Amino acid sequence: MNEHQMLGYIPDKTIIHKLNGTAKLVFLILLSVACMTTYDTRFLIGMTVFSLVLFKVSNIKWHQISFVVKFIFIFSLLNIVAVYLFSPEYGVELYQSRTVIWEGIGRFTLTQEQLFYEFNLVLKYFCTIPLVLIFLLTTNPSEFASSLNRIGVSYKISYAVALAIRYIPDIQEDFINISLTQQARGFEMSKKGKLTQRLKGTAQIVFPLILSSLDRIEIISTAMELRRFGEKKKRTWYAQQPFCLSDFLVMGVAVALTVISFALFKVNDGRFYNPFR
Amino acid sequence: MKKPLITFDNFTFQYHSQAEPTLHNINLTIYEGEKVLIVGPSGSGKSTFAQCINGLIPYSFEGEITGNVMIRDKKLTDTSLFDLSFDVGTVLQDTDGQFIGLTVGEDIAFALENDEVPQKKMKEEVDHWASIVGLKEFLKHRPQDLSGGQKQRVSMAGILIDEAPILLFDEPLANLDPQAGKETISLIEEIHQKTNTTILIIEHRLEDVLYCSVDRVIVFNEGNIVADLPADELLKTNILTEHGIREPLYITAMKYAGVNLQQVKDLSNIEKVHTSNLKEQMEKWMQKKAKISVPPLTSPLLTLKNLTYQYTRNNHYVLNDISVTFNRGDMLSIVGKNGAGKSTLCKAICGFITPQSGEMSWTGQNFTDYSIKERADKIGFVMQNPNQMISKKMIYEEVALGLQLRGVSEAEIKERVENVLKICGLYSFRRWPISALSFGQKKRVTIASILVLEPELIILDEPTAGQDFKHYTEMMTFLEKLNEMGVTIAMITHDMHLMLEYTNRALVVYDGKIIADTTPVKVLTDPQLVEKASLKETSLFTFAQHLGLDDPFLFTENFMAYDQEVRLK
Repeated sequence: MNEHQMLGYIPDKTIIHKLNGTAKLVFLILLSVACMTTYDTRFLIGMTVFSLVLFKVSNIKWHQISFVVKFIFIFSLLNIVAVYLFSPEYGVELYQSRTVIWEGIGRFTLTQEQLFYEFNLVLKYFCTIPLVLIFLLTTNPSEFASSLNRIGVSYKISYAVALAIRYIPDIQEDFINISLTQQARGFEMSKKGKLTQRLKGTAQIVFPLILSSLDRIEIISTAMELRRFGEKKKRTWYAQQPFCLSDFLVMGVAVALTVISFALFKVNDGRFYNPFR
Repeated sequence: MKKPLITFDNFTFQYHSQAEPTLHNINLTIYEGEKVLIVGPSGSGKSTFAQCINGLIPYSFEGEITGNVMIRDKKLTDTSLFDLSFDVGTVLQDTDGQFIGLTVGEDIAFALENDEVPQKKMKEEVDHWASIVGLKEFLKHRPQDLSGGQKQRVSMAGILIDEAPILLFDEPLANLDPQAGKETISLIEEIHQKTNTTILIIEHRLEDVLYCSVDRVIVFNEGNIVADLPADELLKTNILTEHGIREPLYITAMKYAGVNLQQVKDLSNIEKVHTSNLKEQMEKWMQKKAKISVPPLTSPLLTLKNLTYQYTRNNHYVLNDISVTFNRGDMLSIVGKNGAGKSTLCKAICGFITPQSGEMSWTGQNFTDYSIKERADKIGFVMQNPNQMISKKMIYEEVALGLQLRGVSEAEIKERVENVLKICGLYSFRRWPISALSFGQKKRVTIASILVLEPELIILDEPTAGQDFKHYTEMMTFLEKLNEMGVTIAMITHDMHLMLEYTNRALVVYDGKIIADTTPVKVLTDPQLVEKASLKETSLFTFAQHLGLDDPFLFTENFMAYDQEVRLK
C-alpha cells in the first residue's frame, strides 16, 4: 500500500503551474464541453495527444494520482461494458451501416460500428480526465476560488469548493491513519484478507472518518466566522493573480479549439464523424 | 483611573441543551491594557466565559442569558458577531484546525479579504504583521509545514492584523512543545508591551503562562469566579489546589519545606522569588532526604536495531539509524520537538510504516516481517484523537470489537470486556452510547479497547493532551496501575511534568535520532539537551539554581521522590 497518496495541489514551477487559475478554469470548461459534445474521432485523438502532452509538461508524478486513475478506470470500464450490454447495436444505428465481425449470441453481436462508437467514448475519457487532474493538481485552491468568483460564482460557494479540494489530502491522511488503527484491532484489510472482510473493514472506517471530519468542519467554520467571513456581499482575494499574455493565449487556444469542434458539426453533418459512409 | 473595557454584571448563562447554568452570577470588570490569566478545570465555565466575550455566545451557541455584558460601549446581546469581531480578536485552541488560508500570507490576510481591502494594501499589511511575528520568509509556506510555535505565530498575526483592542487566547499552549510554548508566551508579552492591547489568556498550564508576568489571575470553578487576585497573592493561598489546578512545582516544594509563603516576595517570578533565609530553609528540607527507589533489573521486550526510514528516496531521514530496547515493565516517555520523529518511530513499531532498513525483535524473536495485525497482538497503539479510533456506537460493542474479530467465544468476550471496563473505571457506563462521554472518557474507551486484547506493550500518543489536572491525574494513576499489573507503557508527550512524575525512563528524539536515553530528571537538568530538543527545564531546577543550592539536580530528584510519597499516602 502506498503510504503517501496525495491528490492535492503541489506547488511547482512549470508553465502550467504559473498560469492564472481563471485562464485554466476557462480552458478546462470550454474544452470539456467541446470534447463531451463532439464525436469527431480526429478531433478527439488530437485532443488526447494534446492533454497527454500537457500532462507531461505539468510534471505530475504517477503516485499522486495512481489511486484516482485506477478508480476512474474501473468506472469507465463499467460504463463501457454497460453501454454494450444495454444496446449492443447502438453504433449500427448511429452510423447507419452494419459491418459484422462476429454474430455472437442472441442480440449480443459484435460490429465494427459499435466498437468504433465505444472507442470514441474511451477517447473522451482520455482527453478530459487528464485535463481535470492537471487542473486540480496545478492550481492553488485559493486561486481556484478566486477564479470561480471572478467568472461569476458566489464567493461563498467558491470558498467552499476550494476548502473541499484543500481537505482532500488531509482526509486521505485521516483515512489512512484510521484504517491502520482498525487493522491493528484485527480488521484484515491487507491483500491477505477476503474481499467481503476488506469491504466490511472499509465500512468501519467511515464512522470515525465522518466524526473527525465533522470536528474539522466545526473548528474551521468557527474560525471563519470570527474573522468575518460571509458578512459582506463581496470580498477581495490575496491569492488572486493578474492576467498575463500567456493567460490570454491559453484562453484564446481554448476558444479556438471549441470553435473548431463546433465547426466540425457542420463538416460531419452532425456530432458524429462517420468513416462508414 | 483605568477605563473599564469588559464588564460582566450579574451575568448568568445556560445552554439550551443543559439543565443547569454554565455561568452563575458573574460580576467582573477588566480594564483597558490589562493582561489577565483565566484558569479553571475542564467544565469550569472558562471557555464559555471566553465565548461570551468574542460573541460566539449567543450567536453560534444559543442559550438563556440574564444580566449584562458590555464590551467597550457595546452590549453583548445587541451587537452582532461581525461588529464584535472588530473589538475582540480570538486565537483558538487548535492551531492546525483554524488555518483557513492555504499559505501563511493568505491566512494572515483572511480577515482583510473579508473586509474587501484592495490586494495591494492587503499585501503591505500582511508583510508588516508577518515581520512583527518573525514570519516574513515563510509567507509562501503552508502553515501546516511549520513548527508548532510558528503555527501559533501565524494564527496570532491573522488576528493582530485586525488591530482589535482586546485579544483572547483560548488555551494557546495546548499541542505545543515546551519550547514553542515558552516562545508563544514571550510573544504575547511582547505584543502586550508594544500595542497596549488588553489580553486575556485562558490556560490551565499556569506555570508556563507565569513565565511572563500577568496583572491578575481569575480562577473559575463550577461556573463561578472563585478567585480574582494578582498572581503573587493567589500563589500564597491554597485556592488553586483546592479547585483542581496545579500550582507551580517550586511553590509545592516551598510548601513541603514549610516556608511561610505569606512573607515571600515576588512569589510568581521564579527568577526573583525571595524571603529571609529561603535557601537555608530549602537546604534544611533537603536533609530529610527521601529514599530514591532503584528500578529493578528487567528483561528486554522489544529491541530495535539501526532503524531508518524516509518518505521518498530523496527526502531526509525521518528515522535515522535508531537503536533502542524497550524493557519489560518500563514506563517510559518519548519526548522531543514536533516533527522530530516520535510518532514515526511508534508507527514503525506498530508496522504502520515499513522502515527501509533495520531490524526489530520481540523477546529475541525476529519481528520485522510481522503484519500490523500480528504485531497488534503484542503491541497496542492509542492515538491522540479518540474520535479517530472509535467505530461503534456503544461502549460495550466498541471494546468487544477486537475480540469478536479474533473469533473469541461470546462468553469469554463478556468476561474479558467487563473485566477491562472495571479496570478502566467505565463499568457503570457499559450500556452508554459513546457520544455521551467526555473527551477523557472517550480516551479511556480507546485504551480499554486496546487493553482487552491483552497487549504486553501499550504506546500512547499524548495521553493527557487537553485534559485538566484532575483528569490528568486520573489518567496517569490509571496508567500507573496498568504498569504495576505488568504492562509495559510508552508515551509520546510534550508534558514535562508527566515525564518527570510518572515515567522512569525518557527517550529524547531529535532529528530522527535518539539523542538521550536516561532518567527524566537527568534529561531536564541538562541545559544543553533541553535546548537542543526544545524541552523546558523544570521549574524546580531553575528554582534551585536561583537559590544557589549546591546540587540542583539532587534537589529535583529529591522533590520528585518526596512528592510521589506524599501522593501515595
